[in-house]
Amino acid sequence: MGNSNSFLTTPRAPGAKKRKGRYYTKGRQVDPQSLTEIRELLTGQPLHRNLAIEHLHRLQDAFGHLKKRHLAALASELHMALSEIYEIATFYHNFKVADEDDDTPKFVIKVCDSLTCEMAGSANLAKDLAGNFGENVEISHGACMGRCDKAPVVRLKDHCVSNATLDKTIMEFEEYTSNSIKTASDHTSYEEYKEQGGFTFLSKLYSGGITSEEILEKLRESNHRGLGGAGFPHHLKIQSVLSVPGPRLMAVNADESEPGTFKDRYYMNNNPYQFLEGMLIGAELISAEEIYIFLRDEYSDTADILKEALAQIKIMGLSKDRPIHLRRGAGAYICGEESAMLESLEGKRALPRHKPPFPSHVGLFGKPTLINNVETLYWLPEILEKDSSWYSESGRHGATGYRTFSLSGHVNKPGVYRTPAGITAAELIAEYGGGIKDGHTFKAYLPGGASGGALPASMADIPLDFGTLEPHGCFIGSAAVIVLSDKDNLKNVARNLMRFFEDESCGQCTPCRAGTEKAIELMKEDQWDTDLLVELSDVMRDASICGLGQAAPNGFMSLLKHFPEELK
Amino acid sequence: MTEGILFSLDGKEVTARTGQSIWDVAKENGTQIPHLCHTDRPSYQADGNCRACMVEIEGERVLAASCMRQPSTGMIVNSASERAKKSQKMVIELLATDQPERQNFHKPDSHFWKMAEINKISESRFPSRDMPLEDLSHPAMAVNLDACINCNLCVRACRDVQANDVIGMAGRGVHSKIVFDFDDPMGDSTCVACGECVQACPTGALLEKTMIEAPVIDRKIASVCPFCGVGCQLTYNVKDDKIISVDGRDGPANQERLCVKGRFGFDYIHNPERLTKPLIRKEGVSKKDIEGLDPSNPLTHFREATWEEALDVAASGLLKIKNQTGPGSLAGFGSAKGSNEEAYLFQKLIRTGFGTNNVDHCTRLCHASSVAALLETVGSGAVSAPFNEAKNSDVIIVIGSNPAVNHPVAATFFKNAVKDGTKLIIIDPRRQALSRYATYSLQEKPGSDVALLNSMMHVIAEEGLTNADYIKDHTENFSALKEHLKEFSPEAMTTKTGIDPDTVRQVARLYANANAALIFWGMGISQHVHGTDNSRCLISLALMTGQVGRPGAGLHPLRGQNNVQGASDVALIPMFLPDYQSVEDPEIRARFEKTWDAQIDPERGLTVVEITEAIHEDNIHGMYIMGENPAMSDPNVTHAREAFAKLDLLVVQDLFLTETAAYADVILPASAWPEKEGTVTNTNRQVQMGRPAVPLPGDTRQDYWIIQEIAKRMGLNWDYTHPKEVFGEMTGVMDSIKGITWERLENEGAVTYPCASEDDPGKPIIFDNGFPTASGRGTFVPASLISPDEVPDKEFPTVLTTGRLLEHWHTGSMTRRSKILDAVEPEPIIQMPPAMFEKLGISPGDFVTVQSRRGQIDIRARADGAVQKGMVFIPFCFAEAAANVLTNDALDPDGKIAEVKFCAVRVSKTVSLETV
Repeated sequence: MGNSNSFLTTPRAPGAKKRKGRYYTKGRQVDPQSLTEIRELLTGQPLHRNLAIEHLHRLQDAFGHLKKRHLAALASELHMALSEIYEIATFYHNFKVADEDDDTPKFVIKVCDSLTCEMAGSANLAKDLAGNFGENVEISHGACMGRCDKAPVVRLKDHCVSNATLDKTIMEFEEYTSNSIKTASDHTSYEEYKEQGGFTFLSKLYSGGITSEEILEKLRESNHRGLGGAGFPHHLKIQSVLSVPGPRLMAVNADESEPGTFKDRYYMNNNPYQFLEGMLIGAELISAEEIYIFLRDEYSDTADILKEALAQIKIMGLSKDRPIHLRRGAGAYICGEESAMLESLEGKRALPRHKPPFPSHVGLFGKPTLINNVETLYWLPEILEKDSSWYSESGRHGATGYRTFSLSGHVNKPGVYRTPAGITAAELIAEYGGGIKDGHTFKAYLPGGASGGALPASMADIPLDFGTLEPHGCFIGSAAVIVLSDKDNLKNVARNLMRFFEDESCGQCTPCRAGTEKAIELMKEDQWDTDLLVELSDVMRDASICGLGQAAPNGFMSLLKHFPEELK
Repeated sequence: MTEGILFSLDGKEVTARTGQSIWDVAKENGTQIPHLCHTDRPSYQADGNCRACMVEIEGERVLAASCMRQPSTGMIVNSASERAKKSQKMVIELLATDQPERQNFHKPDSHFWKMAEINKISESRFPSRDMPLEDLSHPAMAVNLDACINCNLCVRACRDVQANDVIGMAGRGVHSKIVFDFDDPMGDSTCVACGECVQACPTGALLEKTMIEAPVIDRKIASVCPFCGVGCQLTYNVKDDKIISVDGRDGPANQERLCVKGRFGFDYIHNPERLTKPLIRKEGVSKKDIEGLDPSNPLTHFREATWEEALDVAASGLLKIKNQTGPGSLAGFGSAKGSNEEAYLFQKLIRTGFGTNNVDHCTRLCHASSVAALLETVGSGAVSAPFNEAKNSDVIIVIGSNPAVNHPVAATFFKNAVKDGTKLIIIDPRRQALSRYATYSLQEKPGSDVALLNSMMHVIAEEGLTNADYIKDHTENFSALKEHLKEFSPEAMTTKTGIDPDTVRQVARLYANANAALIFWGMGISQHVHGTDNSRCLISLALMTGQVGRPGAGLHPLRGQNNVQGASDVALIPMFLPDYQSVEDPEIRARFEKTWDAQIDPERGLTVVEITEAIHEDNIHGMYIMGENPAMSDPNVTHAREAFAKLDLLVVQDLFLTETAAYADVILPASAWPEKEGTVTNTNRQVQMGRPAVPLPGDTRQDYWIIQEIAKRMGLNWDYTHPKEVFGEMTGVMDSIKGITWERLENEGAVTYPCASEDDPGKPIIFDNGFPTASGRGTFVPASLISPDEVPDKEFPTVLTTGRLLEHWHTGSMTRRSKILDAVEPEPIIQMPPAMFEKLGISPGDFVTVQSRRGQIDIRARADGAVQKGMVFIPFCFAEAAANVLTNDALDPDGKIAEVKFCAVRVSKTVSLETV
């Protein structure tokens, strides 16, 4: 076969030849070095996209921030598209994606700007801090860190400065960066809890000494309710999950993020085993295949306690070999919304799901899922031990049971208080909170954190419970009572609350995403267009997908109702 | 019948079917509830994020999104109450706040503004915010996120529908925004430009750049895409007789989806290089004189002629050769890019006018070996199930195929299936875009398919995973296969395949144990000297496990050209008359001779590569080539070009002065697909209707007219005045499409064959009860190991494989003349594994010289980790560095297909080259 060179020639080839060719495949390339670094970092870890958030944490902990070259390599290892990993990395506020891959990671100091901390002067503190650190430190803001009894709070990675001042923050920053200070935890140990009769009912349940039906009956008799905010009767929730065939899962909502709330942290830090016993009982009741605990990132001290306690439980054989996954949030209030939390547990952005279907039927990974808040579970062994009547006979003003209030703001003794259900704000402040701070006059209070609305001091005699505040446009929610005084500018309070929701809106639906943003813009004016704000608020309440958007205008609307003159 | 769900909507009793949303029911009852993020187009799930469709449901605390919410019996729904309206309007007002001014924006008639108009919103009472700047980095699409309303439709388009996963919603809350990859410019991202997002976007935030120039169109024409065998139905948007943009239409294969070629690759028909006048080679211009021939100015080598003269010269020349050296000294290459009617007429002309069966087309370089194996074993050469059946499969095998590049829209359905839980097994020497979706990705050594497939079958036989009932009831010769497989244990084959035995076992089990499994294959199977054996193995694999003839199960060779199925069906091949009826069977021949009123040569004709050889051997002197470019697509192409130059007469009918037309004596300017009416048959056996969108340019003519004019001049008494008359004749001689009429196609758009009568809906899944063979059974044909014809050695140590790029079709004659496609892939590249760059001491973008025993080319190198060590890949669409200069023309003995997927080359750093 002869080859003639002339037949190599063709007519001028088509194509405009205006652009240069591509010498790499389309889009970002995964460079070998980053891939090696990721593989080393994730050695022994399952490479599943469900764990994307956990892996992003590992990456950020190791490198100080998230470099895009690492993100590309991580996406490749997890068989994810670039956009899929980028969405997650940019959704959660505690992740920081570096603009350029060769940027040096900065130490991010987060100053809490939620209501209680702002009332305690966090805005000025942030300004003061800004001038006191070098280039490698970034002063940023953070949402409520769950330590409102020690406001203002400043977060240095996994350490929080309580009652922060400029000097204290600088001192603790130096300590932290030199030797990583850790505060020793002082909680009820396994042995102590056991001695106090702990794990009796779990063992009984396992051995048949008490049946599931008996426990459910006790819960029903006690009138115990979910204490994450919605107050749904505990036994009904379990029965709802049981009404669909398994396999079932359990998810524990330890993403306590409602501004002003720090009770779950209190329980987990002080008596983790009681909470865990409640959890294990719950899991056994629904024959959960696995348990997931979603703990907010801000509670790193709690994470250490729980890790140790879970290891202990495993050693003692109390989990019946049920896998228990402790998952770390990444900075998103919306994860307190149960379906958003499920999305996050699946390794995705925390966008609330549409309901129906409800998570008790179609939950985590599509399986029926029992979702309980920490405090709800904490009560469970105690109710069984002390019996349902002990619980149901407590209560004031017609309410039954106990409630745990997180009290903050202008009171002498802010803190976590276990009280009879139905206590009034006035009683709570006087009997537990040590009264209003000197120099302040009680003006108003928020009965349920940032989302539960606000009431004037003149209405501090309403029993605080599920259903009692709704007629006044408020709700108890997570029982976070924030006390306002005459020193607080109510317009600023309304702005602070709206800004919180704008910051925490997941962005999925228009009324919440655009509504909070436009509301803030309107609230920046000296004179407020309250008619338009009310119209917008109505739509946010009516048309938002989840409780975040629906509750976002509550603060504004109730302050406007009770203090119309101040909100003009 | 299930009872409907009765509920009240706006005071009226209405009924919903299970699964319908309130919005759906409202629409059916004539109520349009406002909607922005919702579309009821196929494959789009309701997302309920915009909240423009809120309705009030009695007894509920808050409003509900009607697009998401399914009604329950007795529900009282109000879509127009004051409360509902307030939310609907407020949502639109909020979004309008940050929109660019309507009149100055590129898409003033966007869905968003229409919805705003209906709701009487023209301005907003809210303060607006800063919005992102435009991104014009992509050649095809403009990104103007200032018009974005975060409705997420483009994310769903990119992720849920086309599953290209490029677009994401990054950030959070008011800062959430649409991004490409890591918020990269669209043009620098992994975007494959399917344009699904553009079609989905309700505001024009994502928009075809052509629509910016011409936002208002004159007319819309429903047709079908001319590129690959998927057969996507589409709508041309035409202004001033130019195609401005294209939208996907709801065809059975594509369900409104398109790929980059179908969406953005139509301007080739308006390219100034288009031939518009017949041309005749100038006296004295040698066919070896190609240097300086410019397709935009052919008058250096050719002169213009009238149709009369050109047709006369062509026909009389062909007749002269026929008379002098006999009918066998003529040959014709028809086209798989034209209509069924054109292909049918072309082969009829060759058989009855030329008097020979020397007629073939690009199927010879495509699935000829697959068809040979299928006809031999199961009696039918077409697919057993449409690719869309993937949704019903538990397991899909994609082997020797890169559908995300070659059948992009089919690939989207595979990805959809995987997202719904189907397991995907990819077997290919190269990694590919689909690999990320694969449960198993077997990067075998090139050319080791028989070894691998036999070892999979070995496992299935050894572990008793065969379907004994199926084998007993529907097959024959299994014992011979079983015996044959004994020596093919995965352990024995592992050095040949490079795949570890455990993986082979797992994959074999996964396939065999699936309730329903489908095999898709492409040119990586067929284009080998053992291509027929490769296919035989795949067929055996399916038969021994009974994975055929049921929903989600079957055999699907993904057909390449838009009408390669149809062209083959109507006998644009040398050994068959229409419907694969042997031309060597006297009874069959007699039937056609009667119908066609002509003698038919009793001997089968020559195939593509054989014809080239016959020219070299002085047995063929004249050719008529319609719409094919063998001077680019043939293996060992310099050898083929030499042959074409040697012909006494070459008549080429094409749109452009192709590399083949350069050797022509007469060039007939033809019609492009969007200028003609006719039917095409896709890989799913769906016959679909193509319609003209724009008039013929200049003095070009309809191809069927040109064929007929040649026929008339060769003494045939033809008088077709419309393609439908040709189609009518075809249905008279082809049982497979007997039940399809032109009118039916006009009404239904697509009909699947086999289709026996006008009321037969057609049969998507065949082999449900045996096979169309003499015994009614499928036959196992064992395949032994045959090495590739040319294995690497010291001198030529690297394996070259060839294929396509996503953006360029076949030899590039159309797509390289499309502005956008050319912009995305403008120059020849060789894809090499990154390690090879280090070895050669070069960087991506440098030139390398690639030599084989047949020729050499210089070409710039692209780093591509998907290519395995010891291997390189060159797309064959670039004339200035034609891959087929290097390829081997050794043939598969049964399919007569050349081994363009495997030859030995040497790659070296280019020593000196003037690069400017």
